[in-house]
Formats: sequence, structure tokens, C-alpha cells
Amino acid sequence: MNTLITRSASDLATALGAGETTSVEITQAFLDRIAAVDADVHAFLHVDAEGALAAARDSDERRATGDIRSRLDGVPVAVKDVLATEGLPTTCGSKILEGWIPPYDATVVRRLRQAGLPILGKTNMDEFAMGSSTEHSAYGPTRNPWDLDRIPGGSGGGSAAAVAAFMAPLAIGTDTGGSIRQPGAVTGTVGVKPTYGGISRYGLVAMANSLDQAGPVTRTVLDAALLHEIVGGHDPLDSTSIDQPVPLVAESAYSGVTGDLAGLRVGVVAELGGEGYQAGVQQRFDEAVELLVKAGAEIVQVSCPNFVHALAAYYLIMPSEASSNLARFDAMRYGLRVLPEGVEAPSAEEVMRATRDAGFGDEVKRRIILGTYALSSGYYDAYYGQAQKVRTLISRDFERAFEQADVLVSPTAPTTAFRLGEKLDDPLAMYLNDIATIPANLAGVPGLSVPAGLAPEDDLPVGFQVLAPALADDRLYRVGAALETLLEQQWGGPLLDPDKLDKAVAR
Amino acid sequence: MTTAELLSFDDALAAYDPALGLEVHVELNTNTKMFCGCPATFGGEPNTQTCPTCLGLPGSMPVVNGKAVESAIRIGLALNCEIAEWCRFARKNYFYPDMPKNFQTSQYDEPIAFEGWTDVEVPGENGVETFRIEIERAHMEEDTGKSLHVGGATGRIHGAEYSLVDYNRAGIPLIEIVTKPIMGTREKAPAVARAYVAHLRELILGLGVSDVRMEQGSLRCDVNLSLAPTGSGQLGTRTETKNVNSLRSVERAARYEIGRHAAILAAGGSILQETRHWHEDTGITTSGREKSDAEDYRYFPEPDLVPVAPSREWVEELRGSLPEPPRERRARLQADWGFSDLEMRDTVGAGALGLVEETIAAGASPQAARKWWLSELARRANEQNTEISALPITPADVARIQALVDDGSINDKLARQVFDGVLAGEGTPDEVVAARRLAIVSDEGALGEAVDRAIEANPDVAEKIRDGKVAAAGALIGAVMKEMRGQADAGRVRELILERLS
Repeated sequence: MNTLITRSASDLATALGAGETTSVEITQAFLDRIAAVDADVHAFLHVDAEGALAAARDSDERRATGDIRSRLDGVPVAVKDVLATEGLPTTCGSKILEGWIPPYDATVVRRLRQAGLPILGKTNMDEFAMGSSTEHSAYGPTRNPWDLDRIPGGSGGGSAAAVAAFMAPLAIGTDTGGSIRQPGAVTGTVGVKPTYGGISRYGLVAMANSLDQAGPVTRTVLDAALLHEIVGGHDPLDSTSIDQPVPLVAESAYSGVTGDLAGLRVGVVAELGGEGYQAGVQQRFDEAVELLVKAGAEIVQVSCPNFVHALAAYYLIMPSEASSNLARFDAMRYGLRVLPEGVEAPSAEEVMRATRDAGFGDEVKRRIILGTYALSSGYYDAYYGQAQKVRTLISRDFERAFEQADVLVSPTAPTTAFRLGEKLDDPLAMYLNDIATIPANLAGVPGLSVPAGLAPEDDLPVGFQVLAPALADDRLYRVGAALETLLEQQWGGPLLDPDKLDKAVAR
Repeated sequence: MTTAELLSFDDALAAYDPALGLEVHVELNTNTKMFCGCPATFGGEPNTQTCPTCLGLPGSMPVVNGKAVESAIRIGLALNCEIAEWCRFARKNYFYPDMPKNFQTSQYDEPIAFEGWTDVEVPGENGVETFRIEIERAHMEEDTGKSLHVGGATGRIHGAEYSLVDYNRAGIPLIEIVTKPIMGTREKAPAVARAYVAHLRELILGLGVSDVRMEQGSLRCDVNLSLAPTGSGQLGTRTETKNVNSLRSVERAARYEIGRHAAILAAGGSILQETRHWHEDTGITTSGREKSDAEDYRYFPEPDLVPVAPSREWVEELRGSLPEPPRERRARLQADWGFSDLEMRDTVGAGALGLVEETIAAGASPQAARKWWLSELARRANEQNTEISALPITPADVARIQALVDDGSINDKLARQVFDGVLAGEGTPDEVVAARRLAIVSDEGALGEAVDRAIEANPDVAEKIRDGKVAAAGALIGAVMKEMRGQADAGRVRELILERLS
């Protein structure tokens, strides 16, 4: 195993700057790692070795002439398959988009390319980002590098597993109800959902437009901040993107590394913990809070009473928007086209029906039906309308809580990684995985998950979530970096260690 | 239903009160589409004016065209509407192949403009009657693509072998203007419908925000109609007649539906709430899809767009820059020009008001300007089956031709030849006069010689004139004019003849 792959993106960038290595060498090392372990993990749906190496060569050539585009120029990245990539397949984990090659780049992808980051490939995901285990991918599940019989979280299990298994130093995920943070928690990686509007959604195939947000998936908090700065910022192609400079997230991450949080008020959310949370998860969370106290933070207990309604509101708003977003997949212009059996000259409607029947998986159909129902006249007020009111109440809960505390904290997910297939037939149990992450999406505030250690009962990673007010993403990085530093001092190194991963992955 | 099964218009009105509702879609003439930067021009090669956004590709997002919002507000203000301080776009969800996203980005319960009115004039036996049409709303939305059904006999979807879709039109900005039910128009209902659409066209043309060409589909009208027992003040079940694409058809379609509804109601039947298609050629409507209030578009606010919140300062600025309303403008111009009611109505009806105005501004007298546009040029537009405004001649050209007549360079007959030349692209009026050698010969020597030759050639006519039969001079004038190929001042020829023979 090439030791380059174990280094953080920030370290790799430093090595590139010092002329110790080249982008081609780094990129090749990750491509080799993918070739070695991805047959077992299945984090990637598409690997673009040729394109990545071409971009790496370009980066090396530019660097030789002093044309360096960004701090991470030459450091490769993996991209969740929900973002449009010109010339590269984009399936969203769905059969209905099999073979579709977008004619354009998502803004996030364009910014990655412009910043000189070679794109290794597209990562696996629950179909249209609908799920918490990546088992709903039409192309087969991704496995957790810590234990190949367990799920890597979802929907962005591919990005998290790719980073956790050292197949990529950096990845882009998207988070609608926790799809960056919950996979981060169960794979021992760092995941950040920025403030809604902080990163352009142009080219992000929407599940729920008012909730979706792209963000970084990395092994260190600093790496996440560096990646955040590259892809963040206003985009005139996305009307909902915020027309303000990106918060100074890298600077905050650097300041957090000192481990000094004196004067910071940390709110522990009463509703996000305790009952329903695995004992080891709660234990590691409580210990982490203690560490923050030692770092000088002041702990306050806060209550967000409307958070208990978050899951219900989410499962009305998200499917409503999704049912409309997914209407465009009708076999008329791109993607799968299925002709109905036994129909000689099928009408457009019959082709649409047959294609959607064959092309969408069960979870997608479930949410389309839920959303169609919730938006129907006569039900709209009772479902979609009520859910929007709950959303407002949750935002108010956050506002009040942030009067008492600078950041809020909770376990990221209620449990560690469960076994493949364990919750596949129980959608409600699956939905509960996102119980702690959903409120941030409903309110548009930013959230980060950072590893908090392994649960004593199963030796699997636990995630620690930090939430901040809208536009205060920098606070996440300060607290996240501080906690990371303090915990690594205890552990004697990073939680993710190639030697500790599942044998199949570590070989 | 054949026309034989219709109730006569008079019988229908004896028993029932018609209520109209008009929905007019206006395509804006913005440079770019409603939600993307693609050109919004008409008539490009199919699918060449498209991008990820107007094709609804996965991941694409809309951005509102600010110019379209401005146009919508101006239309709203011209219709005396309230302008929303805050409004949103909404998704109208339904499946159709010419809709790239299978939802139309439109506005639902928060239109940009609402609660307005406009006055429409309908000429009648007792002079002009004014009807106040109340406007329920004017909202912004995007147009759909255009389906072309190939292989069938009718060009319609039934019987077609396959269909093609052109998405150039998808995303063109539309303003939908919806009236409240128009009641109490009685036998004038069809005329009011027509007058309203004509009025709207004039109003919007004056705003300069759309070409409003019905034949090109940049103004499309749906005619809603219902009948209720006379005097009941109620609203009956309505039908919505689509595809009504000329002013004349608006009137005919309303009239046809009145007769059709009345026949069904009189026979004890009930009206099916449905969409109907207007057939220009046969002058009838046929049943389209059944439409009921249960048709569910599952509207919800468009989450990819931020609300539109036009500042009051901006709205007032736009209000201040509105052109004079058509009715006031007509009254002012009529007084200035001294036109009779009939002359004014003909001028407006020919779509020549602005052209006449500009021609007068360029120096022509009102009567001369009216005469050329309404006789000579209207006839030619009619022959070429085009709009008078589409003729390749400018008001300045017309004014110049009249000036040439006024200074005696040409006469009316020669002026017509100048029109021919200008319309044929031969250049400016002066260039045409020069190239075609149309200037009147005022060379006294040449004229005098021609007159002498005519007298010599017609001694008997000359004799009559010498005897005092001045009327006989016409024959000699004709001979001179013939020799001069019409390019002589007939009055001067007459003077010369009489001088010599008195």
C-alpha cells in the first residue's frame, strides 16, 4: 500500500507544494487503491482513471510554471453521482438514468475542475439520495470499510466509504436530511452540510430542493474546510445561493486545532439524545462534551421542543418536492426507455408508465406516492401546509437555542452502522437514522459530523454533530477541529487507520 | 354537433344570459427566456434555442428574467391591477411530452398582478357602448414546447405515426391575463369578447412588451362561456374553448358556444365542464379532454426560486413611464387630427393609428396620412395577406411621398408608382422618383410644344374650345398627358390650352 493515500489532503497539498510528489503520483496511488479494494467496498459507480490522470498531468504541468489554481490543486476528489459531470455518467444510483451523460457540469464540479482537483470518479448512493444505508442504489450497496457486512450510511455511503477506505482523500456529498453527516458518523469520517445556499445546487439532481445541500466529505476537519472554500460561494445560476463571501472556514479550522474553546457556549440539545440512542453512542458523545469543557467551553442545556415533529414534517416536504422533481424522468428525452410489453404502437403515456415502473426502485416509488398524495388538493393544507408550519417552528427553536449557545451539539446518528439488510424492510426504522440530522436541513442551518471514537459495545465509529446558526459555518470548523485535536491526542492518532479496517479492505 | 342542432342566437338569448371569461396568454418579446439565457426569438431551427434549464435536464435550475417581471408589472399596471409586494412562482404538475420537467413553472395563488379593470368599447346602433371588464389576475409563467404530429391526415395526435417536439418555445415568458366572469353583455357577448382581445392587443402593443401576433401564437385566447337562465344572475357550467387564434374567431367561437349551450339546456340536458377545440375552417367547437375541478395540478411554491418582491419605488417608476392609455390617446389624436368617428374607427381597426401618427409627425397632413395608409397601403397589405405594419415602408417614406405631391413634383397617380417602387425595395421615395423618372414635367417649353402638337392634331376639338366649349379641353389634356406619359401637371396643361385657344 502506497503511504501517500493515508495522508490528509492538506498534507498532500503541502507535499505537492514542496515538490516531494506529483499530482500524477498521488492520483495513481488512489486509483491503485480503488482497483485493490473497491470490488469489496463498492464505493464507486464509475471510475474515470483516464480523466483523473489527465487532470493530474495538467496540474503538474501548471505547477511547474507557477500556475497554481487553489490550495488543493492536484489533490484528487471523488464526487457523489448526484452531481452532473460533463462527459461522465451521472446515474443518481438509479436505473432510470443508466447511460445518461450530462452535457454540462454542476457548478460544484466546475469549481473543482477549475481549482485543479482531478476527479477520480462518481460515488455510489441510495437511488436519488433516498435512503440512509446506500442499499437503495440500483447498482448494489456500498459496504462499510469498518465491517463489510455493515452499511456505510446513506444516501452518500459511497463518498464516505471511499474516503474511509483511503480510496480518495476528499469527496463531495449531498445532504437533504443527513446524507453527508450520518455516513460520516458511521464510517469515522468528517462530513459537513453547509448553510443552505452556501454551495450552489446548480447541477445537483434535486431530491428536495429546499433541503438539498452539497458539502465536503473528508478524513480531517481542515480538509473539509479547504474543500468547502473551493466549492462554496455565490452562483448566479442558483437563485437560492447566498450572495455573500464564503465564511472563513479554513481559518477557523486552523484556530480550532489549538484546542482552545475558551468562552464558547455549547448547547446540548435535550431532544437529540437519551432514549432511542445506542448506549455506546451516547457514552462517546458525553465524553466528547466533557473534552469540550476541558477546552474551556461552557455547556448549556437547551430544549428544542418542536424537533420531535421534525421527522414527520421532513417526510411530507421531502417527498412532495421529490414527486415533482422526478416527474421529468419520462423516457422522452434522456435515460432509460422501456416499451410496454404486448402493446403494438404504445402512446407516449404508455411508454412513460412502463419506463417509470421499470426504472424507479421501491423507495423512490414510495416517496413519489407519498409526495403526490401530500400535495393533492384537499390534502395539501393538512399535510404540506402543516409541515411548512412545523418547519417555521423548528427554525424558531433554533433561533431561541442560538440565543443561549454559540453552537449546538448532539450525536450525529442514534446508532452505529447496522447490518446490511437489517432495516431494508422497515422504512420507518430506516428513517429514524436521520432523526438528529433532519432539523438542520429544515431550518437551513449548517452542521458537521466529526468522529467521536468507537462505541464500546461494537467497536464501530460514532459521530459527534455540531450545529451553528445560518452563515456561521466557521463555528463548526473551529469546534470540530478542536474536538478532533483533543480526541486524537487521546487516541494517539487518527481514528481511521488502514490497519484497523476490515481485513478485506486493509489488505 | 352540427350547426342545425344549435339554437338560433336570438332564441338562445331570449332564454339565457351568457357569462364570458377570457384567458389570454401573451408571449413577451424579451431577448431571453423566462428562466434561462436562451434566445426567445420566434422561428429558429427546431431545438437550437435550448439549454439544460429549458430542456429540464436533471440538476438544472431556473433563474428569473428580470425584464419579464418588469413587463408583467407594466401589463398589470396598464390593466389597473394591484401589484404584489411579494409573490412566488409555483409548480403546476402534469405530464405532457412537450413539458420538459413535467411541471410548468407558473404562479398560483400569488400572482404578480391582480384585481384590475379595463374599459372596452363596442360600437352599436346607438353609438359606442363601454363595458368595464374586471381583471382577476395577470401572472407570469413559462411556455411549453411545441408538438408536431407526423403521419396522420389531420396533423393532430390521433392517427399520427409519430410526434416530434420542438423545445425552442419551452421557457418563453408568458403572461396569462384572466378576467372575472363578464356578465350582462347579453347579445353583445361575442362582440365584447372580440373587442376585449383587440383592446388588450392594442394596449400591450403600446407597452412594447410583446408582438401580440395572434397568427404566430404570441397572443392566444381561451374563451370560457356559460349560460344561465335569463335574469337569474347565476353562473352556469362553463366550457373552455381553446385554439381561438384570431379576433374574428373569438367572436365566432363565443357565438357558437352560446348556441350550442342553449340547445343542450333547452333540451333539458346539462353542460359538461370540458375543454373544447375551436375549428377555424368549419366554425365549430369539438370536445377536448374532460375538465373538472377535480383535475389536480398539485401546485406548490417553486423551491428553486426566491420570491419576487418588486419595491414600491420601482412599481411607481414603471407606472410613471406607462404610455398614455389607448382610449385617452385615441380621443386626443381624434381631436388633434379632426377625424370623424368613422375615420377614427377605420384607422384603429386597420391597426394604423401609430403609423398615421408617425406619418403626421413626419410632416404629412392628417387626412393625407390617413388616406395613404387606409386606402393604398391597407389594400396592398390585404393583397399580401400581411399586417399593415409589416409592409416594408416607413411613416417617413409616406410623409415624403405626400410632400412630393404637395410641392407638385408628382401627382397622386405617380405617387402610387412611388409606393410600388418603395415597397419593391427600390429605395427611398426620392430614389424611386429619380430611377423611374416619375417627376412631373414642368418645363414650360416642352409642355408648350406638346400642347401645340395636340391642338394641331385635333383641329375640331380646338375649334369647339374656341367657340367657348371649355369642357372639350379634357380631350386635349388627355392627349398631352398621354404624350408626357402622365408626368405633367394636368392643371398647368389646361391653362396652357386655354391660353392658346381663347
